[in-house]
Amino acid sequence: MKPDLAIEIAGIRMRNPVMVASGTFGYAEEYADVIDLSRLGAIVVKGISLKPWSGNPIPRLVEVPGGLVNAIGLQNPGVEGFIHQHMPFLRTLDTPVLVNIWGRTAQEYAETAARLNDVEGVRGLEINISCPNIKEGGLAFGTNPSAAADVIRAVRARTRLPIIPKLSPNVSDIRVFARVAAEHGADAISLINSYPAMVIDVERRRPALANVTGGLSGPAIHPIAVKLVYEAAQATRLPIIGMGGISTARDALEFIIAGASAVAVGTATFGDPMTALNVIEGIETYLSDHGFSSASELVGALEQ
Amino acid sequence: MHLENTCVLSQKALGNYRVLELASERIAPAVRPGQFVHLRVPRLADAVLRRPLSVFRAEADRLALLYKPIGYGTGALTRVQAGDAVSLLGPLGNGFPVALPPDRMPVLVAGGYGVAPLFLLARELPQRGIVFAGTASAKDILCREDFEALGWDYRAATEDGTLGRQGLVTALLDDWMRNRPSNLMPEFYACGPDGMLRAVGERAVVGGWRAWLSLDRHMGCGVGACLACVQRLRRPEGIVWGRVCRDGPVFEAREIVWDEPGETKKEVSR
Repeated sequence: MKPDLAIEIAGIRMRNPVMVASGTFGYAEEYADVIDLSRLGAIVVKGISLKPWSGNPIPRLVEVPGGLVNAIGLQNPGVEGFIHQHMPFLRTLDTPVLVNIWGRTAQEYAETAARLNDVEGVRGLEINISCPNIKEGGLAFGTNPSAAADVIRAVRARTRLPIIPKLSPNVSDIRVFARVAAEHGADAISLINSYPAMVIDVERRRPALANVTGGLSGPAIHPIAVKLVYEAAQATRLPIIGMGGISTARDALEFIIAGASAVAVGTATFGDPMTALNVIEGIETYLSDHGFSSASELVGALEQ
Repeated sequence: MHLENTCVLSQKALGNYRVLELASERIAPAVRPGQFVHLRVPRLADAVLRRPLSVFRAEADRLALLYKPIGYGTGALTRVQAGDAVSLLGPLGNGFPVALPPDRMPVLVAGGYGVAPLFLLARELPQRGIVFAGTASAKDILCREDFEALGWDYRAATEDGTLGRQGLVTALLDDWMRNRPSNLMPEFYACGPDGMLRAVGERAVVGGWRAWLSLDRHMGCGVGACLACVQRLRRPEGIVWGRVCRDGPVFEAREIVWDEPGETKKEVSR
């Protein structure tokens, strides 16, 4: 018998636990020609703010062994632009769409969330308190528990949608942030965002990125992410969406065994747009081969 | 746009450049001049990104890519051999416009391996014209006979003076512009380093002509999702970021807002 891949996380029913991560999949239409979007568990679109935001100067991205360092800086058309330019396509999909939101103040997060409340086709909000690439907001909220609490509470007060704070790996104790999310009304948590990093062009003796620093993603951060998901799962009963460096089903399975209910594929999509679909197939095969009847049975199934 | 798993037919050196020929049943027939493919370099497990390469020749079931080994990815690509499996994403980008009023004369300006998309373009433009090709040395001058066989006038400039005029291709272009018949209306198409593109664009703007410039950039996704390869563009609504991979790589000279030396930030409305 085929194992049951379907899961429900934060009240959102998904046909399988494999999502695509914010910032690596645009607004989904960019990849519609090459992958069947209806096979994905969920789609998390690029970070949206209250007003249009131009992001960072170029260069914005540099490849490193086992990953890449980016400093895109959350360029986006603002929540109104997003609703008008991108939701018409997104709401035609039968895959749940989650919107990643960010702001420079807790108030901006809350207003963006409120605007998305009654937008048809938006199924949940991922709250980005962990982007390393903007001066205000982002990581400033994700590395300070009381600031994180302020954002999560402010968003909770203004939306009926499920909310999923996205946590930074750049903290001394991830469990503190997992508990803060639970206490202030989050429905799930996702982790990790990219890891703060820097690359220097030695020929020119300049930073490789115009923003000087950026965020490291890709296979290089996968073991870091697994450790943090494992720790977060010990600290909270909130469902966890595990991400960071997934390029194979085995990478995704590590997150699930560590305690994640779902996973997201990010950077690997650039190298192979089929990665998420291959991960879904690989998880199904693994569950069959190891006698599990459902994906949820494997969540937190770590033997110690 | 297709994701095609295919294989290498051949690879050979051509001066400082390499020509990689690939089987392609889906992408090759769909390619328009100036479009590119995003190639996964085989056996490069620790490189997470593809490499964007211009299409040099496209036939019914195969395509040829011209590249210069300049870094980690393209360096590794030189070791790829006939029979190796390759993943291609493409065709990508907008490509050059091929419609041209009959009173215009196409003027192609190529810097180095920038000749690749222009060679494909030369076969599809409705009129023949003139090609200016600049390279470091005579051994890097490409496709001269091919262009001439198609009826194009081909002029070369080399930095070391081993073929054609010594110096920059833009100096060669300037000489020709000064001496051309006064009723000749050029339409420029260029691919090469930014400095060359900018110089061609400035000449077009000053003369009141159009110049279609193809930008060469490092890219992330190649499909417009990651917003890494953006370029400031002048649009009716203000200065905006265009995505070189999706909205480009070809832009008209008047659209491009070039960075000034030492400049770090310029306002972009969105």
